[in-house]
Amino acid sequence: MPFDPANLVFSREHEWVARDDADPNTATVGITDYAQGELGDVVYVDLPTVGAAVKQFETFGEVESVKSVSDLFSPVSGTVAEVNSGLEDKPELVNEDPYGEGWMLRVTIEDERELQSLLSHDEYQAFLTELSGGD
Amino acid sequence: MTNLRTPLYDTHVALGGRIIEFGGWDMPVQYSNGVLAEHAAVRQRVGMFDVSHMGRIRLTGEDAASALDHVVTSNMGTLRAGRARYGLICNEAGGILDDVVVMRLADDEFLMVCNAASWDRITAWLGQHCEGVTIGHERDETSMMAVQGPGAVDALQALTDLTLAELGRFGCRTATVAGASALISRTGYTGEDGFEVIVPSADAERVWRTLVEERGVAPCGLAARDVLRLEAGLMLYGQDMDDTVTPLEAGLNRFVNLDKDFGGVERLREQAANGIERRITGLTVEGRSAPRHGYTVRTGDGGESVITSGAYSPSLDYSVALAYLPTDLSEPGNDVDVDIRGRTVRATTVSLPFLQADRG
Repeated sequence: MPFDPANLVFSREHEWVARDDADPNTATVGITDYAQGELGDVVYVDLPTVGAAVKQFETFGEVESVKSVSDLFSPVSGTVAEVNSGLEDKPELVNEDPYGEGWMLRVTIEDERELQSLLSHDEYQAFLTELSGGD
Repeated sequence: MTNLRTPLYDTHVALGGRIIEFGGWDMPVQYSNGVLAEHAAVRQRVGMFDVSHMGRIRLTGEDAASALDHVVTSNMGTLRAGRARYGLICNEAGGILDDVVVMRLADDEFLMVCNAASWDRITAWLGQHCEGVTIGHERDETSMMAVQGPGAVDALQALTDLTLAELGRFGCRTATVAGASALISRTGYTGEDGFEVIVPSADAERVWRTLVEERGVAPCGLAARDVLRLEAGLMLYGQDMDDTVTPLEAGLNRFVNLDKDFGGVERLREQAANGIERRITGLTVEGRSAPRHGYTVRTGDGGESVITSGAYSPSLDYSVALAYLPTDLSEPGNDVDVDIRGRTVRATTVSLPFLQADRG
């Protein structure tokens, strides 16, 4: 089941974070529907290995579409607990189901206060409106 | 500076095209179904591109053929009316100023199709080098669309009075398409069978929409076109070649007639006699992380080169790229290293094209 975007928090680099209800120290991370739309067809996702350290707002990997390469920025600091190995064979899941099967990392969160610097769903929507208004 | 727009610009926006700047033009990079779907449409069925940004230069006059023979590397005088031919325009040093397709419409009338960004420059060059020939621009009057793919004949035949099956590759004819007067050539930039159709701009939207809505042709953007042409081993001017390389270095020998006189021929004869030091080379890389334009290539001898074009190939399911390598390394089967954003990845030289498309 995909996450409901209304319950997620977001970075200005278009990554989302879902807190795990059962295990509040763990978060799932992916890129937003807006981000996948901007990238176009994803053909390759380069993710860190389990156990790697990630830092908030620093790169943790890359996503390649036919046309371009983009860095992935971690919305939280912590340790990679799991990566979505399904993206190796089916990177298109990032396009098809960005809030579900297209998830990228499960991270053991280092400092949950970091989440307060992220955007709520409404704030992220307002941020996107601002972006498109800049045309 | 405001970008130029083709007569089909509003149609692209209405059909969901995402617009980017290319060579001074606002052009659709892709439509809503995405690059992979557009790529598949052209390889398996039929897709269509707005190529109205390509330069169209009309040359008329008794001396047009001989004047063109002195400017273009391939034979123009022997080109029959109703045929088109690819060639290069070089400067005196043999550097490539542009690559062009020249259609002969009549004994004394030619239509040259050049690259969008070269339009003004090539028009000026022809003005200087084709004395006594009338040179006309067709920027606003006409629009050009490329209908490409194994289903191109079927898609277009229902709309035209020309028997397309009888038009050979690189043939060109005037005809009507969806009631519009058109120039149809069996040419393209995808490695597939297909046609390029030039119509009056006033008819462009109707022809485009008829092909999309009634004939099921998939509208496609620049991103798909770039991958399709790269798979087919077709080079992009300004990226894979420019005035710092010669046609022989760019592997375009078969479009150069060294037995006639044209701008730059002395240098090319010298290269043909003495050999070239570097040559455009196809590279393949395992996996989907592609070497891209500007990435560094390291050859075993400590030398370096640069990727001119590179992409993941959906048809082949691995990545392909072009680079100028020392001639001895450019033969198939050599290994070189490519720096993909700090990662060293092994690439293997192969012969071009990467994909041998099945041309109808």
